[in-house]
Amino acid sequence: MDELLNILTELHPDIDFDKEENLIGDKILDSFDIVTIIAEVSDVFDVAIPAQDIVEENFNSAKALYALIKRLEEEDD
Amino acid sequence: MLFTSLGFLVFLAVLIPLYFLVPKKIQWIVLLVANAFFYVYAGTRGLIFISVTIVTTYIATMVISHLYASQEKYLKDNKESLSKEAKKAYKNKMQQKRRLVMILCAVVSFGIIAVMKYSGLFLRGTEFAQSLSLILPLGISYYTFQTMGYLIDVYRGTYSPEKNIFKLALFTSFFPLLLQGPITRFGDIGKQLYEPHTFNMRNFTYGLERILWGYFKKVVIADRILIAVKAIISEPDEYNGVYVLCGMVFYAIQLYCDFTGGIDITIGIAQILGISLPENFLRPFFSKNIAEYWRRWHISLGVWFREYLFYPISVSKPLLKLSKFTRNKIGNGIGMRIPVYVATVTVWFITGLWHGSAWNFIVWGLLNAAIIIISEELSPLYAKFHSHFPGLKQKWLYRLFEIGRMFFIMCSLRVLDCYRNVGTAFKAYSTIFTRFNYNILTDGSLLKLGLGVLDYVVVFCGVALIITISLLQRTGSIRDKIAKKPIGIQMAIFAALLFIILIFGAYGIGYDSSQFIYTEF
Repeated sequence: MDELLNILTELHPDIDFDKEENLIGDKILDSFDIVTIIAEVSDVFDVAIPAQDIVEENFNSAKALYALIKRLEEEDD
Repeated sequence: MLFTSLGFLVFLAVLIPLYFLVPKKIQWIVLLVANAFFYVYAGTRGLIFISVTIVTTYIATMVISHLYASQEKYLKDNKESLSKEAKKAYKNKMQQKRRLVMILCAVVSFGIIAVMKYSGLFLRGTEFAQSLSLILPLGISYYTFQTMGYLIDVYRGTYSPEKNIFKLALFTSFFPLLLQGPITRFGDIGKQLYEPHTFNMRNFTYGLERILWGYFKKVVIADRILIAVKAIISEPDEYNGVYVLCGMVFYAIQLYCDFTGGIDITIGIAQILGISLPENFLRPFFSKNIAEYWRRWHISLGVWFREYLFYPISVSKPLLKLSKFTRNKIGNGIGMRIPVYVATVTVWFITGLWHGSAWNFIVWGLLNAAIIIISEELSPLYAKFHSHFPGLKQKWLYRLFEIGRMFFIMCSLRVLDCYRNVGTAFKAYSTIFTRFNYNILTDGSLLKLGLGVLDYVVVFCGVALIITISLLQRTGSIRDKIAKKPIGIQMAIFAALLFIILIFGAYGIGYDSSQFIYTEF
């Protein structure tokens, strides 16, 4: 989780990703940010987030994104 | 059949009562027959192409669904005996099969568009290109994108496919959407199209108000200002300098009223039938930058390109590899953004192509991409500037400056929409900075563009009314506010709008109630 928080904080240092629960709804993350995050995640976690998983629910909070990464890791195993 | 034709009004006057009078079970069939009538009225040849799209999409989605079911059964039956690697290999094999089916189907439908719409780009002037453009099927850009979105969603497992081909045909051909969208997702309207609907007075009055508002924008403003726009762009050598500047503003008014007016009519008709469509505009001219503008203008097309093109390209293996490479070589800043920019340019190139088979639209698309990328690159500079002037962003004058800046940029890009080719567009635009014939604003020259003083007054008042309504909308639905007024006031508003359309509508001698601009795309 810490690695993911590092990725997110590097992108938006002013946001508290531990607490924020509506990153897409509140327009904190835009499509450019999402793609950048996916590239970083693919590097750090060695997991590919497919286009169909790019939905609001998966990107609204760090927790939700981390759950998605874990799910994809499990599916990969 | 034009939304503005008498025939269309008769068509609605027959359909709406019929839709609510027939047994609820067959309401969707009535809609399907209405769609067929609407489509055949536009020409029987187009029917072949839409039928090909419906049939191929139906077959492909059923095959994909079958492959999903086979995979599930096989994995369940062999749960114990298969190793992790074998399961993964099997899943990959099935995924490849599904992808192949999806791609083959997409190639057929996009292939039809490519041949019908884009052969003109390379074969301009030839008889073959002319004959194809004559039979360009009605709404091909809209129904193809809508149906291909559905195909991709079924491929991704987002929806189960519709098993009744006639119901799929209804989704593909729903007549209010055929002329200019919105390009709607299956999840948004599929169920609504097939389920029974009871006549609802609230839906009827809200829908009718929305339709009248749409007609007001289309026939009172767009079709009137169109005359001056046509005059200016048809003679680029004569009408230059400040004329071009006026043409840019006039075209912005025309396009906004034409497109949003058409969408108002579309959404209004659907609402009367009990079907709720997603909004396609969110007061786009109140945007402060071009990226925000594109999130608020033609929303359904933007969402389509984002979901089915921008994200898949951005997260594709080659671009992720490029991302890794650029970050290692150039560093985390620009290196991280290059792949996103590659996807942005690709999407805007295709967005330009979607708008038409002319180089004007391709250049227009690429310029949009360039401005978005430049804005993104300059954002640290803006942030630094604003850190020196905290609170500036909240000042209404600065907000007005941002809106004005965005309006000027959008108007400048749209010059490419207007003129017959890229060279003429750039030449006409450049005269804004070289010819300062401001005297035309006061010496009566603008009255020689086919519009009289009364026409300009009508357009000015109409635009002022639209801006006022848009400002009021920010605090909630106008129709909700009207519904709370006494019935007498509601009727008066309703009657006033109807009379304004009848009295000031741009029809009759000297006017040409034209097709909607976005129907041509």
